[in-house]
Amino acid sequence: MKKHGFSIWNLMRLSLGVMVICGLLYPLAVTAVGQGLFNKQADGSLVYNSEGKVIGSELIGQSFDEPGYFHSRVSSINYDAAGSGSPNYAPSNPNLIERTIQDTERWSEQNPEVSIEDLPNDLVTNSASGLDPHISPEAALSQVPRVAEFTGINEKTLENLIETHTQEPSMGIFGSPGVNVLMLNLAIDEKRTP
Amino acid sequence: MVIAFLSVIFTLLIVGVTLKPFGLYMAHVFENHPTKLDKVFLPVEKLFYKIAGLKTEQQTWRSYVMALLLTNTVMILIVYAIFRLQGILPLNPTEITGMDPTLAFNTAISFMTNTNLQHYSGESGLSLLSQMIGILFMMFAAPATALAVAIAFIRGIGGKPIGNFFQDFVRAIVRVLLPVSILFGVIFIALGMPQTLHTIITANTLSGEEQTILRGPVGSFLSIKEFGNNGGGFYGVNSAHPFENPNGLTNLLQILLMFLLPASLPFTYGKMVGNKKQGNVLFASMATIFVLFLTISMISEFQGNPVLNETGIEHSEGSMEGKEVRLGTAQSTLYALTTTASETGAVNTMHDTLTPITGMLALGNMMLNTVFGGVGAGFMNILMYAMIAVFIAGLMVGRTPEFLGKKIEGKEMKLLALTLLIHPFLILGASAFALFTPLGSDGISNPGFHGLSQVFYEYASSAGNNGSGFEGLGDATPFWNISTGIVMYIGRYFSMVTLLAVAGSLVSKKVVPTTKGSFRTDQPLFGGILVGTIFIVGALTFFPGLVLGPVAEYLTLK
Repeated sequence: MKKHGFSIWNLMRLSLGVMVICGLLYPLAVTAVGQGLFNKQADGSLVYNSEGKVIGSELIGQSFDEPGYFHSRVSSINYDAAGSGSPNYAPSNPNLIERTIQDTERWSEQNPEVSIEDLPNDLVTNSASGLDPHISPEAALSQVPRVAEFTGINEKTLENLIETHTQEPSMGIFGSPGVNVLMLNLAIDEKRTP
Repeated sequence: MVIAFLSVIFTLLIVGVTLKPFGLYMAHVFENHPTKLDKVFLPVEKLFYKIAGLKTEQQTWRSYVMALLLTNTVMILIVYAIFRLQGILPLNPTEITGMDPTLAFNTAISFMTNTNLQHYSGESGLSLLSQMIGILFMMFAAPATALAVAIAFIRGIGGKPIGNFFQDFVRAIVRVLLPVSILFGVIFIALGMPQTLHTIITANTLSGEEQTILRGPVGSFLSIKEFGNNGGGFYGVNSAHPFENPNGLTNLLQILLMFLLPASLPFTYGKMVGNKKQGNVLFASMATIFVLFLTISMISEFQGNPVLNETGIEHSEGSMEGKEVRLGTAQSTLYALTTTASETGAVNTMHDTLTPITGMLALGNMMLNTVFGGVGAGFMNILMYAMIAVFIAGLMVGRTPEFLGKKIEGKEMKLLALTLLIHPFLILGASAFALFTPLGSDGISNPGFHGLSQVFYEYASSAGNNGSGFEGLGDATPFWNISTGIVMYIGRYFSMVTLLAVAGSLVSKKVVPTTKGSFRTDQPLFGGILVGTIFIVGALTFFPGLVLGPVAEYLTLK
């Protein structure tokens, strides 16, 4: 090692230096700045109820079964945010076809007024994370008749709510529009209990 | 559809305008020119040298190789120990136990080799301490190593002294990786990523259930994850997780960061060897392959899955299985192609669920390992192909091939051919072995032809130091941990050593004066020959495998 001009001891010290500066000081410094300047985001964009209790995060989807709520996308982990994941079905996997057909049939039973030609495929496919907070605006609109029936809120009001809770693509073009299901359902709760 | 294509074109334009200035900045850094920011940078660099007790005199290529191999090996051993002991070390709020030996072996190699293949899940496999001084540490050390080696290689073939590994390594961290990571880390938090050391919070959901939400220092992790072409996720599903990629803008910036280092290196090269035109030709050739692959993939994803489309549901948004609504089909496809081209391995969509043709082109990016490629390592491969292209063109016209005025002769060609062959040998050899034994084939989760693609993808990702996966594969077993660990290690260091040897051999050669008969390597014609060489030499090797995997799957879906 001598002829190369360094020893293993030097290398261990170099590793330690990088470990402390890049592994510890760097994230701690960014944490200090992030917490100071952008506290809400840094804490996970949490959503609180009127009593100040955490009811979720704006960014993390939740599972909704009740007919009076808008439903989220399919999630094989049932929106358990202690983990994340999807079943990783290949396009040719028979389980994918079977699951989609089942979900489509169940959707038709729950939304008899809407034809399946108006059911966008994001609603019956598993998201990548299993925690997708959004559905497409079309997927929200396809649920309006059902939610109107069970909540007594008229369809026009619901359509307006969908519009206000749609996150447009960044700068108008980057990404796709998505309706935040948790925030939309919160708004429905407010309308229901004035 | 039109807006989707426009958004992709705008993204690439934004990326495009940043590359050249950044490439020139890097040339500035590694030619050791003084800058206004030296007041900030120099003391930090000196601190590193002081901690390590190292000097920065010139090295021979052999000493340079020894320094890089031993530094990385020492780091692997230290991080292996941290992973094994994480259960009894501090900063472990979720009470995670020590990692299993083969998994720790795999993970330590994975992050040191810039691969970031993850056979564990971030949420349940690593303590906060391991995420910081294990993973984050290596996310800086790995790209710094590769960048240093690429710069040494460029100096060598440009006929300059090869430099000092430790100096290049430290300058890469202090002047390139850290400043950009800090800046983007803060931007990412502003755009919605969490950044806190209080990880767990329990929410009482609207439906009256309990939801455990895991947070962490995500912003600082994400910037170096993408910028260093690392790609390992803080969470199991990587940049598909809403905390790791909250909106279209974070997605755009991640794509920018993935391209920034590998795609600006041709410009660094052009500046450092004094042949800017050649740098431009290399860049344009790779960009052409990228755009070709991307266009085909976009069409494929927007057509969706024919079998699902037949059920009659609305599918104008493209194939949505394994994708996130806020990111959409266009930006997800662009991300998939970017992450495989730049050998980053971050994913915002589940690659297993991609339509067969897109899956094949993602796989193709990693098999070629040269459509920009990972930071440093990829650019060395581009130059390797360029020299092989010169050699083939030379054979056709019966002249001794020259590159940058230096003769490419028997010794260099032997080293280049070895480097060229090791990549397919690793991928195809390891895949054949895995398919041969139930230890490997039991991991396949998708039936039919796609199963073969899963195995191919895993080893192509390992050998190319990418790190993404067809994640359905049950790869958290000792067989997969050990086999991919070995493939990652050889895939990383074999070519670094052989190519530095080529540089070491070229550095002492005399420059042959350019004559009318010299084959010009800074013209579009050469770009054409280069792309042709990559397809004929690189792609044909894998063609039978691709026919049996993705192509066969595509035909069965019709």
